Amino acid sequence: MNAALSVDGLEVIFDRFRALKGVSLEVRSGESYGLVGESGSGKSTLLRAIAGLAPIASGSITVNGKTLGKNRDKAFYREVQMVFQDPYGSLHPRQTVDRLLQEPLAIHGFADGEKRIIRALDEVGLGTGFRFRYAHQLSGGQRQRVAIARALILEPSILLLDEPTSALDASVQAEVLNLLEEVRRRRKLTFLMVSHDLAIITHMCERLMVMQSGEAIENLTASQLVGHRVAKDYTRNLLRASEGFVRTARAD
Amino acid sequence: MSTEVVQSRRDWLLSERPASRMQARLGRAYVTWRRFSANRLAFVGLLIIIALLLVAAFADVLAPYSPTFGDLKGSRLLAPSAAHWFGTDDLGRDIYSRIIYGSRWTLYVVILVAVIAAPIGLLVGTVAGYAGGWTDAILMRITDIFLAFPKLILALAFVAALGPGIENAVLAIAITSWPPYARIARAETLTVRNSDYIKAVQLMGASPFRIVLRHIMPLCISSLIIRVTLDMAGIILTAAGLGFLGLGAQPPLPEWGAMIASGRRFVLDQWWVAGAPGFAILIVSLGFNLLGDGLRDALDPRSGDQ
Amino acid sequence: MSGKTLLEVEDLRINFPTRIGQVQAVRGVSFSLGRERLGIVGESGSGKSQTGRAIMGLTPPQAEVTAKTLAFDGIDLLAAPPRERRALRGKRIAMILQDPKYSLDPVMSIGRQIVETLRTHERVSKAEARDRALAMLEAVQIRDPARVFDLHPHEVSGGMGQRAMIAMMLIAGPEMMIADEPTSALDVTVQLDVLGILDRLVSERGMGLIFISHDLRLVSSFCDRVIVMYAGKVVEQLKASELRDAQHPYTRGLLNCMPRIGFERHPLPVLDRKPEWAA
Repeated sequence: MNAALSVDGLEVIFDRFRALKGVSLEVRSGESYGLVGESGSGKSTLLRAIAGLAPIASGSITVNGKTLGKNRDKAFYREVQMVFQDPYGSLHPRQTVDRLLQEPLAIHGFADGEKRIIRALDEVGLGTGFRFRYAHQLSGGQRQRVAIARALILEPSILLLDEPTSALDASVQAEVLNLLEEVRRRRKLTFLMVSHDLAIITHMCERLMVMQSGEAIENLTASQLVGHRVAKDYTRNLLRASEGFVRTARAD
Repeated sequence: MSTEVVQSRRDWLLSERPASRMQARLGRAYVTWRRFSANRLAFVGLLIIIALLLVAAFADVLAPYSPTFGDLKGSRLLAPSAAHWFGTDDLGRDIYSRIIYGSRWTLYVVILVAVIAAPIGLLVGTVAGYAGGWTDAILMRITDIFLAFPKLILALAFVAALGPGIENAVLAIAITSWPPYARIARAETLTVRNSDYIKAVQLMGASPFRIVLRHIMPLCISSLIIRVTLDMAGIILTAAGLGFLGLGAQPPLPEWGAMIASGRRFVLDQWWVAGAPGFAILIVSLGFNLLGDGLRDALDPRSGDQ
Repeated sequence: MSGKTLLEVEDLRINFPTRIGQVQAVRGVSFSLGRERLGIVGESGSGKSQTGRAIMGLTPPQAEVTAKTLAFDGIDLLAAPPRERRALRGKRIAMILQDPKYSLDPVMSIGRQIVETLRTHERVSKAEARDRALAMLEAVQIRDPARVFDLHPHEVSGGMGQRAMIAMMLIAGPEMMIADEPTSALDVTVQLDVLGILDRLVSERGMGLIFISHDLRLVSSFCDRVIVMYAGKVVEQLKASELRDAQHPYTRGLLNCMPRIGFERHPLPVLDRKPEWAA
């Protein structure tokens, strides 16, 4: 299998702050790859840099064999799409779902918009009853489904997922994770998924990278993580923390 | 039975599942309208403005006398009476009729200024806010230069250069009133430009032009409408001020500011000559202010996203 | 374990009047709290936060709060005059909110905020207040209390801010504490430190704690007892240790639907919401 996405020595600098310090990564075609770390680890910055939303100081990004230049072209956005963390912030407050889904089609000049919108809404389990609603008429889970539909409507091959369920209730999270797995299987998508939750990453991804303060500190497979076969103390700490609160024995 | 029809129509408008683009849009407008009409004072403001529009439209029917020709012989400076409701001026013209015709000029000024100044401000502000960097710096410094002069003084300078007359007054007011709109539009743009929904459109591959025009401008428009409405009173007053100074509408046009100017000589003995147009300006300014206040509550983009 | 009852809640109801009619946020919630750790778990809209706020007296003014009993240590909270409730707040009942960034005053140093809190409730000299504030900062495991004392909230990390918040809330020695998602804004490793501190202080001082959270697993590992809320009602009350034997399908569904390390389930079981749960 060849690489769908490879990142080599990527540096991102915001006003002299080095948010990413030379990170490299290779995601195979059709694979689901996870990025794990705490806030400030640079995992979201990496995702945004790939999408062209963060200033890249040095390093290179290659998507499906094509090395990206400074500016992303339209062809790039047909290959790579992104789902944001906050479903309340990622939908335009003055646009209906219909308008939101029409926009990418209009930009890329698709003629069969009507059919695609209906299909996209069906695919994310919303149906046409939601087509003319505004974002404020939707629940968090429904909004995230719309965001997924918008990302899928251009039929990309790579989906960047930035904590797509961390703002949702647990039961809604399960539904959205199932939906993501289903569309990935059906469309043979490549996922690059960011999360602070190890359980979600091991559930969704085959391989993962642990990040800390802008650096990659460990590359693991999901089964290595599940089996606690990790090399770094930091990863071990994260694993322990994900098991919940353990009361230290008291003398009394 | 008719209450049932009303009820079902309201349900259709307030539906959480609109079935068409039209229904979604109407439903949104209806919610805004309900919020607006819940505010009594704003409603009064709206009535005043509607009345102004009607008066201007039917001035020919409503005015009992000619606005420009008076009876110099028999009816100079008459006090208000049944024949002349607001009295007559020094040229024997009926002030009531002049005020009715004057509403046309007031509307003319207000609408032209809004149509010229608001789009300029919106464009400059959103482009500066979205582009940032040099574009922002240059556009905003130009805005600052305009803001540095008092509005009336700057308008005076323009009119002095362009020559007196109502068209030039409109132009001068428009040129001096766009900078605050640019400021508002820029501030609004800065708050939304880094939001995820604008990032999402960028990730669709949309051009900056498209993002500004279709995604950022619609968000700035409501605060701009509010500001323009609240400014209407100021625009009327500036136009009246220019008219008063003899640089706006020229006699015999029945423009309210010019009417006050010509009436000021008799203000102690024949108060109605300056008082009536003054009162008209007061009422219309009040109407626009109340309307603007109501719109602020109804259109506020931060309240409930509706 | 519970001993004397601190808080008695019976048939608590909270209604919000809106344009479309009444929204019932809480519909008849009853429970009691001793000197123990009680968890309230539910999803957004379950009324868990409103329950906490009503006990604190922080319900928005347009809302209607009614209850057969809402008593703290024998004091009827709904009948108590506002002045008495204010005196209770902070002195005997404390509350920690989700994000320290929004609940600490941004223009006042952390130390001064703690001192002010203490001095509104007790008559102590400035020097004594400062000493007690420093001791409290040390008790929440802030390594260099004298330095943190002079810092402003924006100068400290989220975990540090939340510790300062806990210090501020505990300085007056309250008997009951309500913690509304106290660690949700924090990183997982910091989360456990903060919970550890909270746990130690609560058991050392014999306080009653109401821990409100959406995270059923976290709550059950931390609390003695758990109340599960759904659509403004309590659907189940059980001991944290008996969570695995939960009866209500909602509780079981919540437990099941989260991915767990080492348990491969594709797709994840989802919650099938039954209308009768909300009835």
